Amino acid sequence: MNAAGSRERILSRIRSAVAGAGEVEITRAYRTSPDPAAAAGLVGLLAERVADYRAVVHVVDEGEAAATIAAALARRGATRLVAPDGLPPEWAPGEPVTDDPPLSAAELDRVDGVVTGCAVAIAETGTIVLDTGPGQGRRALTLLPDYHLCVVRAEQIVAGVPEAVGRLDPSRPLTWISGPSATSDIELNRVEGVHGPRTLEVVVIR
Amino acid sequence: MSGGATFLGMPAFPVNAAAAVQDSQLRYNLRKATHTIRGKRALAVGELPDWTELRRAAKEIKDHTLRNLERYLVRMEEAVTAAGGHVHWAADAEEANRIVADLVKATGETSVVKVKSMATQEIGLNEALELEGITAYETDLAELIVQLGDDWPSHILVPAIHRNRSEIREIFREKMADWGRAAPEDLTDEPRALAEAARLHLRERFLSTRVAISGANFMIAETGTLVVLESEGNGRMCLTLPETLISVVGIEKLLPSWQDLEVFLQLLPRSSTGERMNPYTSTWTGAAEGQEFHLVLLDNGRTDVLADEIGRQALRCIRCSACLNVCPVYERAGGHAYGSVYPGPIGAILTPQLRGTASELDASLPYASTLCGACFDACPVAIDIPEVLVHLRGRVRHPRVERLGMRAAGWVFNRPARLARTQRLGGRLRRFVPGRLPGPLSAWTDTRDIPDIPSESFRDWWDRTDGGVK
Ligand code: SF4
Repeated sequence: MNAAGSRERILSRIRSAVAGAGEVEITRAYRTSPDPAAAAGLVGLLAERVADYRAVVHVVDEGEAAATIAAALARRGATRLVAPDGLPPEWAPGEPVTDDPPLSAAELDRVDGVVTGCAVAIAETGTIVLDTGPGQGRRALTLLPDYHLCVVRAEQIVAGVPEAVGRLDPSRPLTWISGPSATSDIELNRVEGVHGPRTLEVVVIR
Repeated sequence: MSGGATFLGMPAFPVNAAAAVQDSQLRYNLRKATHTIRGKRALAVGELPDWTELRRAAKEIKDHTLRNLERYLVRMEEAVTAAGGHVHWAADAEEANRIVADLVKATGETSVVKVKSMATQEIGLNEALELEGITAYETDLAELIVQLGDDWPSHILVPAIHRNRSEIREIFREKMADWGRAAPEDLTDEPRALAEAARLHLRERFLSTRVAISGANFMIAETGTLVVLESEGNGRMCLTLPETLISVVGIEKLLPSWQDLEVFLQLLPRSSTGERMNPYTSTWTGAAEGQEFHLVLLDNGRTDVLADEIGRQALRCIRCSACLNVCPVYERAGGHAYGSVYPGPIGAILTPQLRGTASELDASLPYASTLCGACFDACPVAIDIPEVLVHLRGRVRHPRVERLGMRAAGWVFNRPARLARTQRLGGRLRRFVPGRLPGPLSAWTDTRDIPDIPSESFRDWWDRTDGGVK
């Protein structure tokens, strides 16, 4: 059977399968905005929830960000870093590798780590969302290096998933990150860094 | 291997279950797994004050989508095409396999990487590709264990839960070299060491393979977006590194609008792994970052399920596996006994609807349950699994199978501890049952009285009122 025929066949089967079924209205009685008390403590909540995933978290003032990042990188001995386009230069000290022209997967595999910003962060779930915008780069940049340092600004933090979905643009490729990559496939023991970065370090600017 | 085709000719559920309950290692692993995840899930769900409202919205969104599936599928096709992707329609497994094989061949490649996808297991894609000279490499750690061990997955979420660490070490040592990079000489059975061996083995594969095959957890009709939730990063590897991406997705995975994600991204991780959020979620629309993208929309029996007014609710399933972890029959019998990529309570209702009930195995599946109702309570999209089971039992009259099945699972109905559960079932079935269960269930009710079924069981009343405090 040819493909065009299948399209029509499937659609007509659907039509007759649901013929006569009633319409279903959708009730959205769940929370879509945070309670005001929670909104005040978003920075603290995000830091706590990100740390719950065994990520390393720092909460700092704007003026301390660059020094905190430099110290974190030094502690790890990370010298060959990738810095995506549009990242504030003080967030990636030394002479970072740029992705222009695009690095090959093999080259990315060999760097020590990557520093990025983000698009949105969700306090309640401890999730950081990257949308490949300025300071974030394409999706592979935060996947292949073994270490990811991500900087979150207070105004990028929302309380819950509904607010994040509302802020994000679905036409951009999105990566939602909640802690380092992990598996529980071996006797349910949690092991970090199966394929993605083994270490996620987050600097939250309050 | 893990293909649907392999399950053909398997004996009926009771026979499989009887064998499985003799396997004490399997029972120990399953018990540990289901109880651990169940506990984590309860905590994660308890954190959300609006769980009931989210569950209701999820059920309604899914029902609304199924009611308007034609319109939303066409919308999805338009949106994906507008974003530079290609859409293919597959009426059955054979057609889907043919489409994928042709797409792979057109790239000139003979190997593909895969991220865990139940739809492709359902259609036996790996085996079909093998016949065309194409090797499919599973990249999820558990799937890798299953594939290297020449085995079947036994749980939706943790497919290799039936294997312990020393078995995994042996599988890696014996088989990895045949499939690519060998396991290290000094490999121990530490989970960390085993995961590291898998990381090295698979990274070579990711960096060199140019075609990937995925499933998807959701598709958004409004925007043409696909959504994949995962933990390890193998999904991200498959979705971003290869030049060509082929996603095979069941037509029931659709959601109407981008906003609907806000409901399902709260329900799925918490129901599934008991986490507030899974480590990685990727969304992409059409040909992202210059990749060639193909979406294969799969029917393969789903429209038959849709045509059944009671059975169609099974299409709401978001494959979270919460129902497996609370099921007393699954806990004893294990996933293999169901003879399908969809084990546990959801498998017991979905498989016989997708495949029909011609084989002895498929006909026995509606009896692979005690009807205790725990699966319904756990289900984030409120699928009334007991209702569908009873409905399907009416279709395949097989009381002997039920008796065998329950005995095999070590399940004795007339124990007092079971009575509470039986009463709950009674409450649910009240609208069908005046005093005696119909059809194949009559043998069951003939030997016990259901004189007066309360609208609510004691256990339900206790849960609702905290023992009369509320
Ligand atoms: S039936 Fe419900 S509980 Fe079971 S896997 Fe599907 S969504 Fe989850």
